[in-house]
Amino acid sequence: MSELIFAYDSGEEMTLNMGPQHPSTHGVIRFIVKTDGEIMSEAEPDVGYLHRSIENIAEKCTYEGFMPYTDRVDYVAAMTANHAWAAAVEKLADLAVPPRAEYLRMITDELGRISSHCIALGAMAMDIGAITPFPYALREREYCNDLFEELCGARLTFNYHRIGGVGWDMTDAWRDKALRFCDHFEPVVDEFDRLITHNEIFIKRLANLAVISGDEAKSYGLVGPNLRASGIDFDVRRDHPYSMYTKTKFEVPVGRGRMGTVGDSWDRFWVRVEEWRQSVRIVRQCLEQIQDTPKGEFWNKPKRLKPKGDALARIEAARGEMACYVVGDGGTNAYRARFRTGSFNAMGIIRLKSRGLMVADLVALIASLDIVAPEIDR
Amino acid sequence: MEAQKIFELMAQKCGDAVFGFTAEGTKDPYFKVKPERWLEVARLLRDTPELDFDFLNVLTGVDWIKQNVMQVVYHFYSYRHKHQCVVKIDLDRAKPQVASVESIWKAANWNEREQYDLLGIEFLGHPDLRRILMPDDWVGHPVRKDYKEAAEYRGMPTTRPSPMDLLAAYDKANVKPEDST
Repeated sequence: MSELIFAYDSGEEMTLNMGPQHPSTHGVIRFIVKTDGEIMSEAEPDVGYLHRSIENIAEKCTYEGFMPYTDRVDYVAAMTANHAWAAAVEKLADLAVPPRAEYLRMITDELGRISSHCIALGAMAMDIGAITPFPYALREREYCNDLFEELCGARLTFNYHRIGGVGWDMTDAWRDKALRFCDHFEPVVDEFDRLITHNEIFIKRLANLAVISGDEAKSYGLVGPNLRASGIDFDVRRDHPYSMYTKTKFEVPVGRGRMGTVGDSWDRFWVRVEEWRQSVRIVRQCLEQIQDTPKGEFWNKPKRLKPKGDALARIEAARGEMACYVVGDGGTNAYRARFRTGSFNAMGIIRLKSRGLMVADLVALIASLDIVAPEIDR
Repeated sequence: MEAQKIFELMAQKCGDAVFGFTAEGTKDPYFKVKPERWLEVARLLRDTPELDFDFLNVLTGVDWIKQNVMQVVYHFYSYRHKHQCVVKIDLDRAKPQVASVESIWKAANWNEREQYDLLGIEFLGHPDLRRILMPDDWVGHPVRKDYKEAAEYRGMPTTRPSPMDLLAAYDKANVKPEDST
């Protein structure tokens, strides 16, 4: 690519605005693109359009009362944001969670990951011009949303997890439905692979594009699928297990550069497809193991919640590690809360990686990092 | 490596720049660092092979207004050794300044900008320290405990009246004739 920049360096660089309202920026983000023809010299992200000061709101309402706001940290995969807040407060206040609740949390987290990756992969294919996979992916997301709706009454912002457990127990009928979804979804992943992942045009479009090396990924703080696509074998669920992840078996897909270089855009796509398979596997095991836990014991409601000190909880969310740091000063409200999200750090690398890319490839880069605007700005 | 051993190794390498190791009564053991020697300590945290903290996980500023302290909390993690450490740096609240670690972990670039924006902590040596989430001409740092929001921003009010008050005012203005008699 670097030869191309010099060839086109005519000294007539122009500055273009991409966004804030642009369909392929995945929310309200603005890019200041410096370009000479099709080749960019730099794209500088400008964020903050969706800043709702969620961390500040946490200081203004009680620990329990903040739960609905955590949904808005990442509204594409709200369950894991719920989980991060609940886990941080429970760690701070030394609360135990009943096993049934832990399984329900895992099931909802993994279903949330599936539905979030549906958006990520479908939208990524659409952003670079393949319209068909998007409705296919959204159809599967609808099934997930139906399951969530039956469980907690909401389809997007769930407010399902509670400090000390979850809000509602599942019924046997719901369990059957979830199992049926697993049976239905596994072949769909294979179909999706045939439709787009191993599509010749798609591979040519994404292989060797915007390669992020392992060292860059670590230094820039990339997490989750983006980190693993760069060849770093790390998953919070396996390496620092929470909930019942020690009792489930799953593999951690790591980018191998099968179609080009380790850490290219295709690897980031492929890692997420493989995570679909692993998530279904975890959901199945959880639905099996949850049978051994007593029904109805799903919430140890804390009587008095006035913790003191600080605690950090790390959760593997759909967009990578979501760490929640909470400081308590002995009052009913948090003294300080902090959400460390995958998208915020992923945005930091775009300026570096955009140098020498084509404008259309910037869209592919943004999509391959699976950026969701509210998670950046919080 | 255990948190205790990490602290002992750091104390061995850089003397009294690190102090105050706390493991009792806290969920994640931490130690404190003198702000003027932070850059040197940070380099050692990443470059010592036994520590190898290659991932700056969370960077948080905490405003302890009663103690008159602005605290910066760093959570580090090592992918190779799978251990973590927590570093806290106490700064003067009136003039919170600490060295930027952007040259060591690139993730610090945006995270330090965010803490500067929300809490007004100045990271010395940062290449591009400007606001990131709030508008560039915003006044004040909103997560500070003594922050008072201005009544309006560029002619737009920052608060709105309670809907209940509006409803009461509406009812009062629209009293039906038979009600008033």
